[in-house]
Amino acid sequence: MQILQYLINGISIGSVYAIIALGYTMVYGIAKMLNFAHGDVIMVGAYISFCVTNYLGLPSFVSVLAAVAVCTVLGIVIEGLAYKPLRGTPSLAVLITAIGVSYFLQNAAQLIWSSSPKNFTSVVTMDPIVLMDGKLVITGEVLLTVAACIVVMVGLTLFTSKTRTGKAMRAVSEDRDAAQLMGINVNRTISTTFAIGSALAAVAGVLLCSTVPTLMPTTGSMPGIRAFTAAVFGGIGSIPGAMLGGILLGIIETFSKAYLSTQFSDAIVFSVLIIILLVKPAGLLGKQIQEKV
Amino acid sequence: MKKFVALLLACLMVAAMFAGCGASEPEETQAAANNSGETQAAAADGSAPAIKIGLTGPLTGGTSEYGLAVRGGMEIAVAEINAKGGLQIDFKAEDDEADGSDKAVSAYNTLKDWGMQIFAGAVTTGSSLAIAAEAANDQIFMLTPSASAVDVAMTGSNIYQMCFTDPNQGASAAELMSQKWPDATIGVIYDSSDAYSSGIVDGFLTKAEELGLNVAVDDAAFTADNKSDLSTQVTQCKDAGCDLVFLPFYYTEASQVLTYANTVGYAPTFFGCDGMDGILNVEGFDASLAEGLVLMTPFDANATDDATVSFVTQFKENNDGKVPNQFAADGYDVIYALYNACVAAGIDGNTPAEEACAMLQEQFATMTFDGLTGKSMTWDENGMISKAPAAVVVTDGVYVPMD
Repeated sequence: MQILQYLINGISIGSVYAIIALGYTMVYGIAKMLNFAHGDVIMVGAYISFCVTNYLGLPSFVSVLAAVAVCTVLGIVIEGLAYKPLRGTPSLAVLITAIGVSYFLQNAAQLIWSSSPKNFTSVVTMDPIVLMDGKLVITGEVLLTVAACIVVMVGLTLFTSKTRTGKAMRAVSEDRDAAQLMGINVNRTISTTFAIGSALAAVAGVLLCSTVPTLMPTTGSMPGIRAFTAAVFGGIGSIPGAMLGGILLGIIETFSKAYLSTQFSDAIVFSVLIIILLVKPAGLLGKQIQEKV
Repeated sequence: MKKFVALLLACLMVAAMFAGCGASEPEETQAAANNSGETQAAAADGSAPAIKIGLTGPLTGGTSEYGLAVRGGMEIAVAEINAKGGLQIDFKAEDDEADGSDKAVSAYNTLKDWGMQIFAGAVTTGSSLAIAAEAANDQIFMLTPSASAVDVAMTGSNIYQMCFTDPNQGASAAELMSQKWPDATIGVIYDSSDAYSSGIVDGFLTKAEELGLNVAVDDAAFTADNKSDLSTQVTQCKDAGCDLVFLPFYYTEASQVLTYANTVGYAPTFFGCDGMDGILNVEGFDASLAEGLVLMTPFDANATDDATVSFVTQFKENNDGKVPNQFAADGYDVIYALYNACVAAGIDGNTPAEEACAMLQEQFATMTFDGLTGKSMTWDENGMISKAPAAVVVTDGVYVPMD
């Protein structure tokens, strides 16, 4: 039974990684840039949700909506101020800017909310499902995260394949110049991508902090880096790949902590990543999916 | 291209402006505190100038709860001493963000430029280790309120501690467990990337073996990089049937352990060390999760002796009703211990730091000190403190002394 409990723990943290990775992959696939500030948008989302619930006393679904709204606007603003002026410059310049935005968000959060940790109240009120005399516990957070992950993945896949905006995104992803010549507004498409990516970040922030309650200005950075790893693992640019990569990363991490060594779990996780990338350089699903989002 | 460069520069300048705001805030408050200290010092006595005592600690950042508490405690002690007349103290605190690399040393250097004679820091172990090397070199007497690593005291003969060393704290935890829960199955979760946490675990495991305690899980470690998910470590303890779980790390991670254990319906006795102190003040934390939590802390804010009551009242008044924790009490004791030693040795604002250092070392070798965090405290030749350990149990959301 132990192994099942570890599996559930792994899926739990893995689906949080997955939902963050979806945001990374979305932005990378279309704008061809690594948005390292993504993890910090997650943190902002979690703080907004925390403030709406704890200071305004509103119900948790309102707080999630508020977080999504604020993060969407934040994503568009960041894109407009920091990334848009750099369009066409070498990708390194954009990458460094993204790191700068990440630091900016962390320090701004420290000024606004101070650095002392806050304990996030889970948005899930459901009682955990207890099986086999308490040997196996499935919390409501796990169910919600996995469900949210699947909904987001299916939603994004449908969005990019069926809607006009989605098709425009794929066109921009494949060939930006050609898309522009065909009358697609590239800037607007990229802004939309950032808006969607940041809205996802808000959802991810709420789910992350519901699973792991400590909320600090640096809360988003480590999960952000892991989710980025997960996105690469699954094949960056691929939507199902991000989800698969995230969940696998969570499971490998948990199992190596449980059965091999808690201290070397990171080394093990990243060794697996390196081995897989040596065999499949495009990541797990990087090749099968030809069209990038 | 030029436009982009201009924009980038503009962004940088805006960022720098914000960075400036962040840095200047604590300095202003320090300056204010410092000014008031100086006015008091000048008004009370015209003869000898005040002794300059400096502190570095995290006044911002993830561990600012400790730094602000120590500073708050020290300010009370300084105000009390200066109000008495006689020897006056000029006190200044600098922010080191608990960053052991460059920030701690530069904070210390700022204090040296200010003319610090005695160093009453640092608050965290990492910063103290970095500064201890400098202080040993400069021969500035250092009495840290809360840096508990053995290496801190061992850096130099002029480095002293007000709190237990980590292994000593771990050993006293093991002793306490063998008295209270001799038959418990014990699980240990710790942060292997942190000197404080692994130091306690070392001392604990050695003592536990000596006492024959049943430690079922001793390798449930985590590191600074993967501490965002501690469910595996809790599950390990749960599966091993542990009914006593030792959590020798800071409250930030402990609140995660308590929350997860509660979600999965695992309710052993949780046992924390002094780093756990502060858990009840975490915003949004459901104090009922900490019910029954045992933690080793030398200071109990609910004690009814006059010294504690007056300290707690004053601290609450200065800090918007916040209850002082052990770190505040440590800070308060540090100032009084230094004051007592300075009075006995005849040190004043004119004594050069190096001479003061030698005189204070002589004093600390022989003196006995009664403070808020213990009675009859003494220091050994390495600068490590000896005092009786104490523990409290969280009952109805407050600390209650363990009998």
